[in-house]
Amino acid sequence: MRGAALKQKSPTRKTWFGGQNRTLWFWIFVGPFVLGLTLFTYVPLAWSAYLSFFDAHNTVSPTDFVGFDNYTAMLGDDAFTDSLLTFLVFTAFIVPATYVLSLSLALMVNRLRWAQAFFRSVFFLPVACSYVVAALIWKMSIFNGVRFGLANTVLGWFGADQIAWLSTTDPPWYWLVIVTVRLWLQAGFYMVLFLAGLQRIPPRLYEAAAVDGARPGWQVFRHITFPQLRATSVAVVLLLVINAFQAFDEFYNLLSDSRGYPPYARPPLVYLYYTALGQGQNLGLGSAGAVILALIIALVTVVQARWFGLGRKED
Amino acid sequence: MRRTPPAHDPHDGLARAGRAVRLVLLIALALLFLLPFYLLVRNGLSSEADITSSDWTFFPGELHWENIRELFDDPNVPMAHALLNSSLIAVLTTLGTLLLASLAGYGLARIPYRHANVVFYWILGTLMVPAAVTFVPSFVLVSSLGWISTLRGLVVPTLFSAVAAFIFRQYFLGFPRELEDTARVDGLGYWRTYWQVVVPNSRPVFAAVGTIVFIGAWNSFLWPLVIGQDREAWTVQVALSTFTTAQRVNIHELFVAAAVSILPLLVVFLVLQRYIVAGVERSGIDD
Repeated sequence: MRGAALKQKSPTRKTWFGGQNRTLWFWIFVGPFVLGLTLFTYVPLAWSAYLSFFDAHNTVSPTDFVGFDNYTAMLGDDAFTDSLLTFLVFTAFIVPATYVLSLSLALMVNRLRWAQAFFRSVFFLPVACSYVVAALIWKMSIFNGVRFGLANTVLGWFGADQIAWLSTTDPPWYWLVIVTVRLWLQAGFYMVLFLAGLQRIPPRLYEAAAVDGARPGWQVFRHITFPQLRATSVAVVLLLVINAFQAFDEFYNLLSDSRGYPPYARPPLVYLYYTALGQGQNLGLGSAGAVILALIIALVTVVQARWFGLGRKED
Repeated sequence: MRRTPPAHDPHDGLARAGRAVRLVLLIALALLFLLPFYLLVRNGLSSEADITSSDWTFFPGELHWENIRELFDDPNVPMAHALLNSSLIAVLTTLGTLLLASLAGYGLARIPYRHANVVFYWILGTLMVPAAVTFVPSFVLVSSLGWISTLRGLVVPTLFSAVAAFIFRQYFLGFPRELEDTARVDGLGYWRTYWQVVVPNSRPVFAAVGTIVFIGAWNSFLWPLVIGQDREAWTVQVALSTFTTAQRVNIHELFVAAAVSILPLLVVFLVLQRYIVAGVERSGIDD
């Protein structure tokens, strides 16, 4: 208040700190970001919610109100419910696999006395690779369905038959390809999170455990390390589930070809992509799908956070 | 802490054996993790016949460096243009995100405002709905703005990262106040304090967020696929994906293109790794 009055007479910069211009400065700093975030996140969501009540083929300003028809069509569509099932199967594979691998890598790297930085770099390096490039290597080289694929070559050494990895649905070998791509790409990222968690464990806990006669190895891990990593574990599982829900790149690049996408292994975003942006461009239906998925992911986040008691943390 | 027990421990020999097993396992895993990179280079520098030969060999017969020239000379593969697009998008996205998110983070952390909490939760709310899930709504918005296949359509909507703003806010909350107080005594306002005192003393956090944003922008796929529909607007990832899925390009050319696309990133990655690790730790802890 005083600053505002002073400002008129003596425009020294000092007065800017004091007065009600703080509000102005707050918005100068935060305003552009909040404006953009609102425009490019909240507005599209609201617009989408609006579109989802219309028959919107190839148009974003529809006139044909259809009520909840898009929602009932979406929820009644087997392909949509199948995509949710695909997500569940994918999550059931990728979350435990990544958790175990990244935690094991972190434990082993953390105990190294030399070359720690080297091994950390090697396992972290795939983080720099895109899903597109990784899918290309997996599809065209490692899991190529013909005899010059690496996996089939190795099978050949043992006299086993060749496998068409991505087009065999019985047994569904494509899951092995899909899961290993993501495992390779993201394990190093979560390993770094676990390494940070391990380094925050106070050494006196291990000393106390040694005094109490705990054997190094499994006992110490079970009673000290693992419980102490709880916060990191919660964050890792949360991130893994959310990221699995958003999976698109590796599915699309591994499975689609010039004939389109096969009828199996369609996660939600792939389904949405073909519904909203495929030949029909059914934006009303696609919007209904986006709203349903947004609600599901928000619900999953809240439930997980509640379940793990994140809300009770400080801050 | 996790040292070997004292020498009189009966498990000493066991521990040593355990260490050896662990080291062997680590080396095997490291080789397995490096294998895809090797295959990328091996196939990229092989002749088509070597790749598709039925007796697979670990080392190709001879290295065909001319594959790189062939890639850039092929008029059907707009690789140079795609590299240019990706570079432009990644640089602009990184600079824009750093500017917008750091200003927002600083304002939230340091400028008192009655409704700052409301604004903070408004930003956090977007974390509940990941960007990928909203690609249909965002596509609707961008297409009605007429931004399909334009640079601004590819860049602008991705500039507002709530995670980045959140990381900056947490960082600035812990920024030493004494430095800002000194600036205040010198008569600097919020703006000049920020640029002359805060930013120059926060380089590591800018480097950390910047490298992560850069890698994310370079590797991003769904958004450029949806928005960059014209061939002229293809990024490297979209170009590679189109050729992988359409299978109209020779395998060796595909691999050399992929290797070229990943090379700049690997260099950035190895040089700036400590910042990236710091950034990953920050984003993970605060999430």
